[in-house]
Amino acid sequence: MIDKFSPDIAEALDGIPDAATILLGGFGAVGQANLLIEGVLETGVRNLTIVANNAGYGKVGLARLLKEGRVRKLICSYPRIVGSTIFEELYSSGKLELELVPQGTLAERMRAAGAGIPAFFTPTGANTLLSQGKEMRDYNGLPHVLEQALYGDVALVEAWEADRWGNLTYRDAGRNFNPVCAMAAKLTIAQTQHVRELGALNPEHIVTPGIFVDRVVHIPCGDPVG
Amino acid sequence: MTQKNWTPLDRNAIAKRVAKDIPEGWYVNLGIGVPTLVADNVPADREVIFHAENGILGIGPAPEPGKVNPWLINAGKQYITLMKGGSYFHHADSFSMIRGRHLDLCVLGAYEVSASGDLANWARSSTDTAPAVGGAMDLAIGAKRVWVAMQHVTKDGAPRLVESCAYPLTSMACVKRIFTDLAVIDVTPQGFAVREIIDGLSFDELQAMTGAPLIRQDAA
Repeated sequence: MIDKFSPDIAEALDGIPDAATILLGGFGAVGQANLLIEGVLETGVRNLTIVANNAGYGKVGLARLLKEGRVRKLICSYPRIVGSTIFEELYSSGKLELELVPQGTLAERMRAAGAGIPAFFTPTGANTLLSQGKEMRDYNGLPHVLEQALYGDVALVEAWEADRWGNLTYRDAGRNFNPVCAMAAKLTIAQTQHVRELGALNPEHIVTPGIFVDRVVHIPCGDPVG
Repeated sequence: MTQKNWTPLDRNAIAKRVAKDIPEGWYVNLGIGVPTLVADNVPADREVIFHAENGILGIGPAPEPGKVNPWLINAGKQYITLMKGGSYFHHADSFSMIRGRHLDLCVLGAYEVSASGDLANWARSSTDTAPAVGGAMDLAIGAKRVWVAMQHVTKDGAPRLVESCAYPLTSMACVKRIFTDLAVIDVTPQGFAVREIIDGLSFDELQAMTGAPLIRQDAA
């Protein structure tokens, strides 16, 4: 019998190595797997590369991981949000490498990784500071930038519902980056608010099919706190 | 300096002027700041579908106090509501809508716009202490039309409509129309063409506050 559920966070996160690249779903406080992220802190791994839209807020989740010095590099589209003070301190003091990526390119680089596309050309960011050093090519008379697929060793996602095959649904705007992170990593770990029996999720409503999910842990942590 | 006999539009009045030009049926993304105010200024009987980068089509009005859904925010991280017919989707689909040229319009704020339509709205310098780009570059290149809503000059009185941008570019030659607190201006192959000026302000006075030549153009 297939059962992707782990009994607790520690077991769900077992085997993450130092220097791993970890993809984080979530947009602001919504849909981010904060308890898994804080569980990564407990595992003791360091020298991480974190891929996320924002650089954390307040003192929870990613912000804690940053504060404890576990992150070497951040690949991010919008690190500066209200409450992102820990990021700002680390970045301005040179303790954190930042690769700034346009938000759509960030999503597409992960989607490409999940779809077996090693690189793609896009007009987004052409002839800006963010295309410096990258290969360029004209299509339809417009400059395009070659962007590389972004593969994760691990993805941490937050689902609304999950079954034992790892099929996932999301709630409202909590979907955001989670499905693309799930498909782009070698090891995808989901924390879910609700557990459903196999067959209880309407196949028409499953957003991330279990093929993209390796482990699930039940964490009914409630509403996001922004 | 003689007495001014004109009053610049406030932020909401700029948003209201933008909304006037948006026809029924358009799919529209609104940036942070003045552009966000545009949604509330579209007449209730005109169906315009607003998009948010974080995977939402059909954004409704702000929630009433006590009726906030903590799972429903826009790209500016503000709580919103969903209209009947609204939908959710993931980030790659959301940016396929943007980058695949499906949006009719994006309204953005800006630091500067050049006479050839170059947009600078994401960084204040090449050594910004905490840079953040978000979806600005995707929207600038991907929407069928890019309009800018902003103040005509900086707090120090320096023009924001310029010959060429000094701030780092978001995208080249993308802006089609600019709504400021003083005027509505189209970006044309010949440069900035003035469609409207607020009451009491002369063309020459507007030109004096603009960093590139203005062309007279009757409102279409």
